[in-house]
Amino acid sequence: MTDLLSGTAARAPGPDAHRAKRPAKSPLQRVLGGQGRQWLLLAPAVLMLLVFFAYPLADIVWRAFTDPEPGVGNFSDLLADPTTGRVMGRTLLTSLVVAVTTLLLAYPYAYLMTVTGPRMRAVLMALVLLPFWTSLMARNFAWIVLLQDGGPLGMLGSLFGRDGGLLGTAPGVAIGMVQVLLPYMVLPLYSVMSGIDRRLMSAASGLGAGRFTCFRRIYLPLSMPGVISGTTLVFVLALGFYVTPKLLGSPKESMVAQVIGTKVEKLLDFGGAGAFSVILLALTALLLVLVSRVSRAGAALGLSAKED
Amino acid sequence: MENHQFRGGIGLRLWAAMVGAVLVAPTLIVIPLSFTGKRSFTFPPEEWSLQWYRNFFSNPLWRDSLLTSLQIALAVAVLATVLGTLAAMALDRGRIPGKGLIQGLLMAPMVVPQIVAAIAVYAAFLNWGLSGTLVGFVVAHTALAVPFVVVAVSTSLRGYDRGLDRAAAMLGAGPFTTFRRVTAPLIAPGVLSGAVFAFVTSLDEVVIAFYLQSPTLHTLPVTMFSSVTVETDPTIAAASSIVLVATTALILLPQLLRRSKREGKS
Repeated sequence: MTDLLSGTAARAPGPDAHRAKRPAKSPLQRVLGGQGRQWLLLAPAVLMLLVFFAYPLADIVWRAFTDPEPGVGNFSDLLADPTTGRVMGRTLLTSLVVAVTTLLLAYPYAYLMTVTGPRMRAVLMALVLLPFWTSLMARNFAWIVLLQDGGPLGMLGSLFGRDGGLLGTAPGVAIGMVQVLLPYMVLPLYSVMSGIDRRLMSAASGLGAGRFTCFRRIYLPLSMPGVISGTTLVFVLALGFYVTPKLLGSPKESMVAQVIGTKVEKLLDFGGAGAFSVILLALTALLLVLVSRVSRAGAALGLSAKED
Repeated sequence: MENHQFRGGIGLRLWAAMVGAVLVAPTLIVIPLSFTGKRSFTFPPEEWSLQWYRNFFSNPLWRDSLLTSLQIALAVAVLATVLGTLAAMALDRGRIPGKGLIQGLLMAPMVVPQIVAAIAVYAAFLNWGLSGTLVGFVVAHTALAVPFVVVAVSTSLRGYDRGLDRAAAMLGAGPFTTFRRVTAPLIAPGVLSGAVFAFVTSLDEVVIAFYLQSPTLHTLPVTMFSSVTVETDPTIAAASSIVLVATTALILLPQLLRRSKREGKS
């Protein structure tokens, strides 16, 4: 069809003839003309983000190195403070537990989405997307009620060796975070799994491989990009979680985001908060760059806008 | 391609049902909780009443924060949709120098930890006198919402068949007519879902709003946040239920509208 159309266009005289040689232009491009005017479309969004997002971020990074005095004092203070290590360790451990738990929950779920019929798939997708978009505060509040002492999940506390509820404990925080972050795991997994050619497994089983061998030698390796990007995404988001640990956890077991918040709220210590922010940002950026090297499945969430 | 060996077995289905329940069920308890007759968060409630809904709509603390939130979210939806749609269209075809960098900038608000963004915005907006103002909330939320619009509109544009443009042109339509009669209606569902996502992003955002609030101006999620941290007020259950039902309805709206068209949701 494209050939037919461009063939017809090539026959037309005048400007159309040379246009046919170049890649097709969108109508918008034709309305706007050259590249200079494309920039006009981008400028409002870019300006908005530069002024009200990128500049404030850059300023906080700047303050980390200059407030109250120039140098790396804020970072050496952080390193000298024994709580820093504990907070970082707790945050990394919680994020890891959350990432692994969501992976275990989500992998079979995403797999079922790829093999089931379209109606069931739509239901499963809706179950993932609705919480993705519904009120975070409502969900945190729900977890407060569920996890509190005497709440419906109170008996879960005994699993973790506690009599009372799980509210104010690390496992309670992790449970709440798992629910909030599950969609971020399911979507990249599903996006990668739906691209796997299942005839490969048929071929393997035809050649005598058992179901487990098929899974281990073929399906699992092919789904690894989804596993890696989903796990990294959840891990990164968990590192910066603020609301859930603050509401479900306790100040005694703060995570990084809470410490950053407290430094600003209670002490107006923008330099110290900035230094911790720089560490968090650097870790986030490093992980995201690593994962984008490994896989492009982040596109499932639009995190790396794909070139066509 | 239908191979029985690899279709979901009963174990897989049970697992998925459990995960589905984990995803959705916990949130739903706020609905029965909102009809409790007592001033407590006991679940299941022992008495029933509508008093918390009455309180939500009559108590100025709750009512005003709802109105503030709606005002901000509406402004954010309009602003982010315009900015994001224009940017997505420019990125779609334009050979723009530094395209990767611009895409990175446009997506950054999705991955920068919220607390870092919040204290950054707080510090800058204090200096600019934007802290505690409607304008401050709107611009901060718009920055967060733009990526969702860009993604939604880009998805629409990616599935867009450019042959249609050529066909329209051959049938004698000028560029503007082609855009108005062919392109715009086809990408409209993407633009609409972008607008809904922007609206919901703002309506739900709590961390930045927490830092930008003033004693007289705060959004609904911030009021909910303070209400859980400082007191046991079941009005938050009513507030949660209302927000839950309203956002669910809003999110389903574009899905229903675009059901006719095959569409990859992001």
